[in-house]
Amino acid sequence: MLTKRIVPCLDIKDGRTVKGVNFVDLRDAGDPVVLAKQYAELGADELVFLDIAATLENRKTMHDMVLKVAEQVNIPFTVGGGISSVEDVDDLLHCGADKVSINSSAVKRPELINELSKKFGSQCVVVAIDAKQIEGEWFVHLAGGTIPTDIKLFDWAKEIEDRGAGEILFTSMNHDGTKGGFANEALATLSELVNIPIIASGGAGTIQHFADTFKLGKADAALAASVFHFEEISIIELKEELRKQNIEVRL
Amino acid sequence: MDLKIVNYGAGNIKSIQFAFQRLGYNAVLSNNPDEIITADKVIFPGVGEASSAMQMLKESGLDSLIPKLKQPVLGICLGMQLMCNYTEEGDTKGLGIFNTNVKRFSKSVKVPHMGWNTIKNIKSDLFKNISEGDYMYLVHSYYAANCDESIATSDYEIEYASALENDNFFGVQFHPEKSGKTGAQLLKNFLDL
Repeated sequence: MLTKRIVPCLDIKDGRTVKGVNFVDLRDAGDPVVLAKQYAELGADELVFLDIAATLENRKTMHDMVLKVAEQVNIPFTVGGGISSVEDVDDLLHCGADKVSINSSAVKRPELINELSKKFGSQCVVVAIDAKQIEGEWFVHLAGGTIPTDIKLFDWAKEIEDRGAGEILFTSMNHDGTKGGFANEALATLSELVNIPIIASGGAGTIQHFADTFKLGKADAALAASVFHFEEISIIELKEELRKQNIEVRL
Repeated sequence: MDLKIVNYGAGNIKSIQFAFQRLGYNAVLSNNPDEIITADKVIFPGVGEASSAMQMLKESGLDSLIPKLKQPVLGICLGMQLMCNYTEEGDTKGLGIFNTNVKRFSKSVKVPHMGWNTIKNIKSDLFKNISEGDYMYLVHSYYAANCDESIATSDYEIEYASALENDNFFGVQFHPEKSGKTGAQLLKNFLDL
């Protein structure tokens, strides 16, 4: 059976992992390649690298990093941050990225989703959505959740699917950083609404939060950063518990 | 070992090259029929859309070369699908190496089928030291219907052929280059054939 995926996310700046990585066993937790290899060994199913300071100047640094990750890591990975054109994606895929994640650029110019899925196939086009629930209604936000829009989450998700995206990475701004659990109600609605896989993001704090987002939120994958980086949750223990709760995982 | 990856412009082949590099082998990209025909082993990759990939194969004349190869050939993902008789994707006639057709998953399941799934009913030396129920990484919207040439199956909506074998030709739907240690073992097995 297809398993639920556990996806650690690494924030990258100038080719280094930033903030909040504290792996006791690693000589250099700032080196994304070392960290990625470690996560692959520890049972991560996939990795996401987010270039949080994506600028033209550091694009080459990011390409070098992607090339090194592809060279040394034997599980799939997604690269996001500052991607706004077919050329950007072409470069990253040529360096060995399996998928790319686009966010604000897709909101600004939705045709980009069509262009990418037509040229490279839906399977490598992840559209990330940052959304916030305001008075009961979910609205899409841009630039890491800082700029509100009047676009409704569920309308946008449907449009993303229709335009050919292969996957949605949904982050709830209300839950992100709280360690209080994922936005399972919104996730379940998304999962019913569209027929492409959904990655849940924002709110992971405990092992049970992951179990809940797979069962209640119907998510296909769950992404987290700090609980893994600070070894608050071990991926193996997480997966063993999920299996106990009859959730299919790769062990 | 003279190991060639057929380079006809379809998809991300860097990962496959790196996977062989991790095993200590240098896999060389080539679209030159003279080089491919004399290689010890041939990898036939592919990611993207079937009809345009087949068009690229035809333009380089590789569509007639591949079925004639005598050495072990491993098709991966779309490469495997193009080795079948026919694929619904873009209503495309395949190379006819595997006697089965490729169909689209229905809307009763999420498409693409994306992530780690188990392989079952495994047979063939390609799966040496790999066990029933081991996990492989898959990303695809179309599947090869189960047939006599299946050497592994997976379940998603239905039981389909996730690996095929006919004489010197092998095909896998999953991505061994992205399937951790199990995938690396499969690539090693292919090199040992």
